[in-house]
Amino acid sequence: MASVTHSFMKLFRGSSGAPEPSPSTPSKQRLSRRSSGLGELDRYLKSQEGLCILDLGSTSPSNIGYLTGLGHKVYSEDLLIASTDSTLATQDEQGNQVLDSRRFLAENLEYTAAQFDAVLCWNLPDYLDESLVKPVVGRLWSLLKPGGMLLAFFHTRDAGPDAPCYRFHIVNSDTLEMQHIGMKREVRKGPTGAVHTSVGDTFRLQRVFNNRHIENLFRDFASIKFFLARDNIREVLAVR
Amino acid sequence: METPKPAEFAHLGKSVIIRGELSGSEDLYVDGQVEGTIELQGNNLIIGPNGQVKANVNAKGVVVQGKLEGNIRASERAELKKSAIAVGDISTQRVAIEDGAYFKGRVDIHKDAKSAAAQPEMVDNKRA
Repeated sequence: MASVTHSFMKLFRGSSGAPEPSPSTPSKQRLSRRSSGLGELDRYLKSQEGLCILDLGSTSPSNIGYLTGLGHKVYSEDLLIASTDSTLATQDEQGNQVLDSRRFLAENLEYTAAQFDAVLCWNLPDYLDESLVKPVVGRLWSLLKPGGMLLAFFHTRDAGPDAPCYRFHIVNSDTLEMQHIGMKREVRKGPTGAVHTSVGDTFRLQRVFNNRHIENLFRDFASIKFFLARDNIREVLAVR
Repeated sequence: METPKPAEFAHLGKSVIIRGELSGSEDLYVDGQVEGTIELQGNNLIIGPNGQVKANVNAKGVVVQGKLEGNIRASERAELKKSAIAVGDISTQRVAIEDGAYFKGRVDIHKDAKSAAAQPEMVDNKRA
């Protein structure tokens, strides 16, 4: 049985008062976007059947349909949502607020080593909390088979902190649809058990990687290929 | 296969709590809590919007509107509605996932050798 997302399992607890995160609210409008990185990855995906693909974005019916249509097994895990678990908050040795990366990796990305032929990171590194980025990439390296590919998107330096966060849906071999992730709705129970709702901001861009940062981030990978697009997104295809 | 009508199903209301093995030879609608296993080979299961199921499920067709923690083995079709929160693996001939559903796990599409080839079916309510 697949491993369990700890924060979502709080939904099965009674009136414990634990917060109940809910999926972020997607907007209905989608923007079409050509992706050279996806195109190159797609050639690899079509080279054989029965591959294991890990999609780390929001649950996407399109992605699941496209990849299973190619004859592959698809694993879906929304790491960005998982990183919003408030119980991950802790302090480092300097007293700074950070997220507990060890606990995060104990509860997420629990798979056999060298299990995956491809990983779809989308824009995860740009929006993930700083304390989780390197540990997550390190874990992904170990989960990839030798020769396996990882696709990730990074904003260029022209992006501001309010750069919208998107979900990515595969349309065909080199085309994506981008769906803006709007306000997050969170449900919490008060001390009396009454249900309160609050609306939080959408995911904010945490940082802008330059080429050197990206190379450093994927330094354990055998090769990295960059694709620069007109919308100031840098696509990266890393090969273990 | 059309989504079966809940009115024709055996019904577990939202106040019902079951722990153990749940099996039967008719369609079942669960809107309460079930912990254990659900065996409905040849029949359909619907987990209603209030349903909270922590069980591996084996049925002909499975529709999830509430919460499921467990694996789904559906000989024909598995469907996650937009209100679904499902954690576990899905093994089926056809899978339909509405936009807004949360899913964590593996999707494995298998084609029944005895029937015509089945294609994965995506329900993606992206256009208003």
